[in-house]
Order: sequence, then C-alpha cells, then structure tokens
Amino acid sequence: MTELLAIVLRTLVVSGTATAMAVLVGFPLGYAIARRRFRGRTLLLGFINTGMGMPPVAVGLVVWVMLVRSGPFGGLDLIYTRTAMVLAQFLIATPIVVGFTTASVQALPPRLADLLFVLGAGRLRTMWILAREAKLGLAAAIMAAFGAIVSEVGASMIVGGNLERSTRVLTTAIVTETSRGEIERALVLGLILLGLTFIVSLALTVVQQRR
Amino acid sequence: MYRKLSKYFLLIGIAVGIAAAPNANGQAKPSLILGTTTSTQDTGLLDVLVPRFEKERRIEVKVIAVGSGAALRMAERGDADVVLVHSPTSEQRYIESGDLVDGRLVMHNDFLIVGPMDDPAGIRKLSSITEVMRAIAARSIFISRGDDSGTHAQELALWAAARIDPKSLARREETGQGMGATLNIADQKRAYTITDRGTYLALRKKLGLAILFQSDPSLRNVYHIYVVNPKKHPTVKAAEARAFIDFLVSAPIQQWIASFGRDVYGESLFFPDALH
Repeated sequence: MTELLAIVLRTLVVSGTATAMAVLVGFPLGYAIARRRFRGRTLLLGFINTGMGMPPVAVGLVVWVMLVRSGPFGGLDLIYTRTAMVLAQFLIATPIVVGFTTASVQALPPRLADLLFVLGAGRLRTMWILAREAKLGLAAAIMAAFGAIVSEVGASMIVGGNLERSTRVLTTAIVTETSRGEIERALVLGLILLGLTFIVSLALTVVQQRR
Repeated sequence: MYRKLSKYFLLIGIAVGIAAAPNANGQAKPSLILGTTTSTQDTGLLDVLVPRFEKERRIEVKVIAVGSGAALRMAERGDADVVLVHSPTSEQRYIESGDLVDGRLVMHNDFLIVGPMDDPAGIRKLSSITEVMRAIAARSIFISRGDDSGTHAQELALWAAARIDPKSLARREETGQGMGATLNIADQKRAYTITDRGTYLALRKKLGLAILFQSDPSLRNVYHIYVVNPKKHPTVKAAEARAFIDFLVSAPIQQWIASFGRDVYGESLFFPDALH
C-alpha cells in the first residue's frame, strides 16, 4: 500500500515537474512565435507541430543514448534517475505547450494588441492581458501536456529503468504487473492513473472556465 | 527584451536545479547498476535481495532487467557495474574480450518445456529433448522470447541440436519480451515455450500451461555474476560491484536463496551453488 502511494506521488512529481518546466519554456516561446514575424517562422511552426505528435519512445531513446554511461553525458550519472525521466518528459511536453500557446494567442483578435499599445501598455503588461484573454487555450495546453506525459510509458521505461522504489511510475508499474500476470493489480493501477488525470484536468478546467 | 529573456532563462535554470536537487542528494549515496535477466526480477527474487543489500551496505542498486544478451552488451559498453546472467556460452565471449572479470557461480535451476495441458504435439511421452523439439516443430505453435536472452540462447541451442532451422518454422513466433510476458502469450495462444523453472513456478497459478518435458541434462540453467572490468571501463564502480557479489555469495544469502519461494510454491525456485 505504501509502495502504491509512493508510485502515485512519484508519478505526480515527475510529470508535474516536467509539465511546469514545459510551461515555463513553452508559454513565452509560444507567445513570441505568435506575436512576431521572422524568417523561417512557418518552418519553425512546422517543426513544433510535428513535435506535438513526436513518439515519446523515440524521445526516450535519444535521451537514453545521451545519458547512458558510455554516452556523451554519461559522466553526469543521470541515467535511471527521476531527473532523466523529467528531462525526457519535458522534451515531449514542450512542443505541445508551444503549439497550443501559439495557436491560442494567434486566435485573439489582432486589433487587441494594437489597442493595448495605443492605450500605452508596456510589453509585459500586454503579454499579461493577452495571456488572460487566451487562458482557455493556455489551460488546454497544460492539460494536453500533462495528459501526454503522465500516460506515456516508453520513454519512462527506457530512461528511468522502472526501478522499484525510485523510478517506477504508474504506467511502467502497469507493464510490470501485467508481465507478472498480476492483472487485477495492473487494472487498479490503470484506474488510479485515470483518476489522477481526471483530478488534474478537472482542477485546470475549473480555473479555465472561471469568469 | 533580450535582457528580460536572459533573466527568464536564469529562472528556468533555477527551477531545473530545484527539480534535480532531490536526485543530486540521492547521488551522494553510492549506487550501482545491475544488468540482469528478466527471470531474477519476474520471480521476485531481487525484490527481496536488493532492499536487503541496500539496507545492509547502504549502496543503492539500480536493477535493469533486460535479458542476458542485453545485459552482456551493457557490460561491453561499460553501461553497467555488475551483471547477473544465465547464458554461459555468450558469457565466455565477454570474459575473453576482457569486459567481465571476477565471475562467480551463484545458483542454478533448470529449463522446462511447457505447453497446453492437453499436449496437442504429444511430447509428454517422448524421452529425448531432440524428439520433443521435432514434435513441436511438426505439430504446434512455439512462442520464442526472441530477445537474445539466456533462455532464447538455450532455445536456439535446442533447435540446433535437433537440426531444425527455427527461421524455417512458420508457427514459431518471437515476442521480444521478458519471460513473464512470453509465458502469458504462450498461454493465450495455446502454444509451447521454453521457460526457466523459477519464472514458471512464480506464474503457474495464472497460467493454463503444464510442464510437459523436464529433467534433461541439456536443460540445466546456470546463473553467474561478474564485475564489469574497471580496467577496461573506468566509470565502473568496482568496489560497489564487488560488495554486491560478496553479498550474493555469502552463506546467509545463499541459504536464503535455497528457501526462496518454498512457502508459496512448495519447491525451491533456485538452487544456490556458491558455497560448494
């Protein structure tokens, strides 16, 4: 029971940290791409939109190759740690956050920014007001990113190693229990994962829909 | 704008630092990476031994259960500190290449040929493993690990001894997964497979598979443990690796291995060998 609770908390911490980092990077980046015009912008957006559908297991493999002992960053001793899992999940989540942010900021009426400029709002103030206007899309960005990485199994398995008491999360625990034939336990873990995603999404939906 | 951006990235840097901090503290504690076969994990053996070792020696063990072939390749690249494997022929190659040193015999059990209770290929009455493999090849589905594990290597050796090319068998399929998953698939497909006794006993109550052939000298399954050679791979934590090996071959642990599983399965899953 305590191990189950530990797995649930670990899942929340790893995917929560990765989502928070993806938001820290993705919101401003997505905002900048939405508001600016520069060379290669469409190409960049094309890459980001591809990234939104990037196979997590491939991202995991690349992170593994980088962090494994014999790899270029092997000396950091990060392979099979939660930090490695956060890194992989961050890389999976960031394009999702950027993509949603760009789309929702660009969907705002273009005159709005001009109006704010005329009214004398500075850059940061403009950003803040536009973000509030785009909050439906931004909340959706967080939910999509968290939902994608909390339910992801390939990358977590490869870079985390599914270590009991240190890197085993809900999805990798489901794989383990299934291969051990403990189907009831696997099902319970699946239901908990579903419940967890629901609670997080519900909380964000409340924020999103508040007037 | 750019100055603001740089401040922003500094903030992100701090956030990442905070996120990584719990792990950094964890790193201060010595740790080692154990590359091993799925059978030691699927039976639950390491679930007991590893916490006990961690508590006694205060060294964290990262168990990567992948199959013997993959574990040996981890050793070859220096990606593990210690390997616990059961594929003697392949192990010999890595000893000769200087990747593995200080090998110790840990334990053994045996391989079993399991299949549907009603034995559609009729192997129960056969007396030699060669006949068994030929009967399965001719009449039934065979599910192979196909993951370059010790069990897979053993399976290929049995086909070779029976002069059958496994690639020519239309009804032989490879799962590419561990022993537990492969047994489940064989069960669902009403197929035959080869398994180590430990994993089979640990999963038996959930499977409709019966032991149909056993106790042949060619079905012996031997587990060795090695230190990954620190002279060849300088990142290897040799002291921690040796501590784990000393622990595994110590008298109390060897005696405990002999009793492991007896209360639940009525017989031992592994037979210790290090004390002889």
